[in-house]
Amino acid sequence: MAKRPARKPAARRQLLLSVATRKGLFLLRSGTGRGRFRIEGPHFLGNVIHHAVLDPRDRRTLLMAAKTGHLGPTVFRSQDFGKTWAEAAVPPQFPKAAAGQKARAVDLVFWLTPGHASEPGVWYAGTSPQGLFRSEDGGKNWEGVGGFNEHPMYGKWGGGEQDGTPDGPNTHSILIDPRDAKRMYLGLSGGGVFRSDDRGANWRPMNQGCRADFFPDPYPEYGQDPHCMMLHPLKPDRLYQQNHCGIYRLDLPEERWIRIGEAMPRDVGDIGFPIVLHPRDPDTAWVFPMDGSTVWPRVSPEGKPAVYRTRDAGASWQRQARGLPRTQGWFTVKRQGFAADALDPVGLYFGTTSGEIWASRDEGARWECIQRHLPEIYAVEAALV
Amino acid sequence: MSVEINLAALLHSYTGGASQLEAHGATLAEVLADLDRRYPGIRFRIVDEQDRLRRHMRIFVNGSDARDLATAVKDGDEVFIVGALSGG
Repeated sequence: MAKRPARKPAARRQLLLSVATRKGLFLLRSGTGRGRFRIEGPHFLGNVIHHAVLDPRDRRTLLMAAKTGHLGPTVFRSQDFGKTWAEAAVPPQFPKAAAGQKARAVDLVFWLTPGHASEPGVWYAGTSPQGLFRSEDGGKNWEGVGGFNEHPMYGKWGGGEQDGTPDGPNTHSILIDPRDAKRMYLGLSGGGVFRSDDRGANWRPMNQGCRADFFPDPYPEYGQDPHCMMLHPLKPDRLYQQNHCGIYRLDLPEERWIRIGEAMPRDVGDIGFPIVLHPRDPDTAWVFPMDGSTVWPRVSPEGKPAVYRTRDAGASWQRQARGLPRTQGWFTVKRQGFAADALDPVGLYFGTTSGEIWASRDEGARWECIQRHLPEIYAVEAALV
Repeated sequence: MSVEINLAALLHSYTGGASQLEAHGATLAEVLADLDRRYPGIRFRIVDEQDRLRRHMRIFVNGSDARDLATAVKDGDEVFIVGALSGG
């Protein structure tokens, strides 16, 4: 009788955190028990890394947006979890301006989004100044999405240089509807939320109900500042956003944002940068409030850092601060600095501008600092590999 | 035309560590194009898509600050490509 081939043990999956900082990329790995995290890096020490994202379609391709204080922006690509890197042959860049046209140049690549599951190799990038770029070959060559970058309203939607963030105006939160590769959303800071139903050929504002306190008309058609927007993968008609002016939810086909941050405690408020969704429960989301009063300190209110969670789509919020400093904790967590894994219970991870990574293995009930002394953290992403 | 390039350390990842190179061209634009053919990607880190020298980069030809890529160069010229005293 022929011998049965020995069964190969199932490959053990690992959790990978990619941590983009102002001085390089760090990778943290752990088993799925999330007991201990091992850190690798820095990769590209001294480079400003705005985002690093693992492709969920192949769980192998890692794209990283980089520049340095001196050198121009580019995208690097690794297929071996950072052992080797290759630079994009054509990084995101605007076309050469004709005489009399405004000459735009990409200052930095701010956001990376893998394309639809049915389109392997497709990626989108958002830049500063505002621009949307697409790659069809896994990030090697990038082209501008003309439907957005050349839209007749481009200049009005994004405003001028003073309408952006302190690091410049940027395009972020590029979201693809998992049911339909043609439907996309993006956020402009400043400028608001925009929607396309034809793979980016045309765009229209989608900001009804969303405040813009910094304009004489607080409810303009566009001009808002969505800090971070997320779409729920199992209920793609539901979007959440942490805005400069509150926390909002939108349930299509109704195109009106509801300010769910009204249910946050008054003394904490509903201003912040990031928002994170539960991967299996469209009613559960987490935010990390910051002080957006007076001169906008952008740190944890009263120096008491806390995550707030809703389990009812924003009707109520619960404080989750066990393990976090009870006082004198002046954390700032940027819009890409908060992530959830897909394990059960969900793990949550946020990185601070003071270089700490905090983790919760139980959906926010308890927090532990798993890494200290890193450079300023811009983005944290969690992936199972 | 063949010019002598002195390249700042921040670009050595493109040249395998080499700081002194030869490049060909009659203008800075042609010299940078020649470098980019041999060291793909290097030009876009120095010059933006509108052919403007990036804000925190500087090029000196025989000791003179040259901001315009149309600047002519001749055989034996010394071209320094460096980071400015800025850029953090």
